[in-house]
Amino acid sequence: MSKIVRTQASFLYTFILIFGFYIVAHGHLTPGGGFQGGAVIATGIALVVVAYKFDEIKRRIKKTSLTAAEGIGLLSFIIAGISGIGVSFFYNWLANSGLLFGESVPYGINPGYLNTAGTLPIMNLAVGIEVLGGLGVIVLYMLHFVKGGEGNAA
Amino acid sequence: MLLNLPFITVVIIMALGLYAMLFKRNLIKIVIGLSLIESGVNLFLVSLGYRNGGIAPIYTNAPSTNMVLPTPQALTLTSIVIGVATTAMLLSFCMVIYRHYGTLDSRKVRRLRE
Amino acid sequence: MRNALLAISLIAIFAFFLYVAVNPGDFGGNTGDHLIFGEPRYSDMDDYFIHNGQNQTGANNIVTSIVFDYRGFDTLGEASVLFTAVLGVGVALRLLRRDKNDE
Repeated sequence: MSKIVRTQASFLYTFILIFGFYIVAHGHLTPGGGFQGGAVIATGIALVVVAYKFDEIKRRIKKTSLTAAEGIGLLSFIIAGISGIGVSFFYNWLANSGLLFGESVPYGINPGYLNTAGTLPIMNLAVGIEVLGGLGVIVLYMLHFVKGGEGNAA
Repeated sequence: MLLNLPFITVVIIMALGLYAMLFKRNLIKIVIGLSLIESGVNLFLVSLGYRNGGIAPIYTNAPSTNMVLPTPQALTLTSIVIGVATTAMLLSFCMVIYRHYGTLDSRKVRRLRE
Repeated sequence: MRNALLAISLIAIFAFFLYVAVNPGDFGGNTGDHLIFGEPRYSDMDDYFIHNGQNQTGANNIVTSIVFDYRGFDTLGEASVLFTAVLGVGVALRLLRRDKNDE
């Protein structure tokens, strides 16, 4: 793409990443969560894929790291589920315990406190990492096909 | 009767998707029809859980406590992600078929199969 | 012939769905099992979640507490479906690249 698009893409990429991470981290307080935030971050990856040439994309985004992010996300999600196995699978043992993310929340309408909700923010983070890896890998695979097929389409 | 407008919208969307799946021969258009039916199902689930005057079920700075049903929304979230996954997989199979047979017409693909 | 049959079945399905969506009366003989926008028929479970979800999970967002806590198994299956679909895309497109190198 032209120089204007490339400059804007490298400018917006950081903000899209920050916004996606904000949605993931505040998943238990505001609308959003792991899936939505991961999809937003994957949108940033798609922006880079659209804007740059193939070699530049290969230099900026590593496919192996995205695949690793997918696996690590799913694995840490399962581990966060298993960690409550003392009572039952997916038991929220961190809530109202005073530990990390363990403050008790006042009942009813409140302004929202980040340090609450037990294992839910951890699972949000894990699922966000998994979704960003999965959707980014899909976008990169499709790009590979386009590049291999009709010359230098990027 | 007019109060049921979201359900009528669901019916129209699903009929369009069914039409595309039954009568179109292009594989990409069949995938589009499947996505339309998925959207109709999602809209149906969300509008089943609507309560008159309700707000989103989030307590952060909520204006009132009359909230819509949260379970259909959670399951719709699940449904959306599964829809994205299956659509990506179907489209990649369409790409494989196009590279292998040189066409996306489902009848020609069936005739070319050896 | 085939197209006519398909058109007839499509119109029949469309008419049936439209009848269920429009008719607010009793459908199927069960008085009271009607479909009205804005008045959900059964909401006991959701009221329980709305009233107790904040105390039991500590999250303000009830949808998140359902997705990750009450219905955690659903989310686990969904995450594995996404993982498997990405694996399938990778396998299909790798097949494609090998196919191209053969020619």
